[in-house]
Amino acid sequence: MNTQTTTQAHAIADAPEAVVEAKNLDLVFPTNDGPVQALKDVNLTINKGDFVSFIGPSGCGKTTFLRVMAALEHPTGGSITVNGMTPDEARRNRAYGYVFQAAGLYPWRTIAKNIKLPLEIMGYSKAEQDKRVQEVLELVELAGFGGKYPWQLSGGMQQRASIARALAFDADILLMDEPFGALDEIVRDHLNEQLLKLWARTNKTIGFVTHSIPEAVYLSTKIVVMSPRPGRIHDVIDSTLPRERPLDIRDSPEFIEIAHRVREGLREGHADD
Amino acid sequence: MKSFLAVLTVVATIVVIWYLACIPMNIKGVLDAAERAEEQVMPATAKERRNASALGLVAKNTFAINRVWSVERPRLPAPHQVAQELWKTTVQKKITSKRSLIYHGQVTLSATLLGFVIGTGLGILLAVGIVHSKVMDMSVMPWAIVSQTIPIIALAPMIIVVLYSIGVQGIIPKAIISAYLSFFPVVVGMVKGLRSPDAMQLDLLKTYSASTSQGFWKLRLPSSMPYLFASLKIGIAASLVGAIVGELPTGAVAGLGARLLAGSYYGQTVQIWSALFAAAILAALLVALLGFIERNVLQRMGMSA
Repeated sequence: MNTQTTTQAHAIADAPEAVVEAKNLDLVFPTNDGPVQALKDVNLTINKGDFVSFIGPSGCGKTTFLRVMAALEHPTGGSITVNGMTPDEARRNRAYGYVFQAAGLYPWRTIAKNIKLPLEIMGYSKAEQDKRVQEVLELVELAGFGGKYPWQLSGGMQQRASIARALAFDADILLMDEPFGALDEIVRDHLNEQLLKLWARTNKTIGFVTHSIPEAVYLSTKIVVMSPRPGRIHDVIDSTLPRERPLDIRDSPEFIEIAHRVREGLREGHADD
Repeated sequence: MKSFLAVLTVVATIVVIWYLACIPMNIKGVLDAAERAEEQVMPATAKERRNASALGLVAKNTFAINRVWSVERPRLPAPHQVAQELWKTTVQKKITSKRSLIYHGQVTLSATLLGFVIGTGLGILLAVGIVHSKVMDMSVMPWAIVSQTIPIIALAPMIIVVLYSIGVQGIIPKAIISAYLSFFPVVVGMVKGLRSPDAMQLDLLKTYSASTSQGFWKLRLPSSMPYLFASLKIGIAASLVGAIVGELPTGAVAGLGARLLAGSYYGQTVQIWSALFAAAILAALLVALLGFIERNVLQRMGMSA
């Protein structure tokens, strides 16, 4: 619990504090066509306050790695700790919120009631539930929409509501699996900007899976380039961009250079197929 | 408006075919009656007419055609005869009368509803068990399917006899037969419904460390509602069939099944047909009522298709 009481400033200024540590991680899925190596020898450290993007082609294990962190899959070799615990323990300690590609809101619940879902399950008091719902609705700029039903909201707003739901129980880590993959480019840009603001305000540690190079470069402090068969880490790029990022930073030479390195990494990953 | 016309056309066509079918079906009876009234009939004796084709008789005795729709005990009653009987035995009879279809209908309805409630409850319980337990999935489902392959008409007397021997009679045996028919669609529909949440929804609950019962009440049960209502509509119709079948072997004195049985004993075809129509109308009303509830519930849940 000591880790959580450490102030943000402290965490950023001093030696970075590891939130996720994966060592020689292996994961083999048994399938009808024989075993599939989804992850091979993955070593990665994610520090507190990092925004880490996982990018790579289909089958490179980026989603699988996210699911391992969330204890939705269990590694067959190596070790991984989240907040110094096993992923299962970390889940029980409410260490992370998970955002899926689809918003997955319950159509029979209002937005506010949808956000209350994890709070009800975790046994928060009624008053606490209402307070937290208001807070996270403001955080994702959906204040005033609590009484609406999901079908009354656009796709982008629904996805924001699902982010609010993942934030509701105030986990330190936010794991996002292609959360904006199903949205159009314009909405996506807008949500990316909002997500950065949200990250700056809350200082969460974010793990973010994406297919999009500009999205990965724009959002991340650290970009993990992965390659398939077997799924493995090809390159880890520490971003040199400042934490404060207006949308037009995407035209800066620095941005283009990082994007270039990511693209090169993706190409090399494919080359050793 | 256009669909209303289409429906009207279909109904009108059926009625016309029905009226036409009355001619060959009832001609022999009409000619026998005419012969007894010493009218000129071709051929003249019942013996000669026995093996003649119905259409041939119609052609030779065109004068008798307009009588086929008003025979007292026709082989096939005309639509207006059934309608008149229905009117007479519903609106014009006191509902306490033994001849009132409303009275008989409500006897059958009460067994139907009791059976429906038992069947639905049992169906939901079995489905919950099947979804949550591999053992139940493998052991209960095959038996549920087998149970529906036994003709209910063969099973009903045995259920009644067995229950009678342990002192259970009256509405309960009928309700049990009706439950026997109605639990099955509910089991099938609810198993499908409770399994309808996708992997992502289940993963989401897993990330909250939700318990199985939380998953059931918050996700599986609400998700299953569209499936439940589809099953209930089939179930209620099956319940009604069960209740009617349950009335046949007991020689029951009340209920639509009893009306059918009495009608066939005494060759009262009009009475049989009106009891059949009463059952059909009752089923239609019950299904429509469930449809109304379904629309309201699903709309409120934001799940209307």
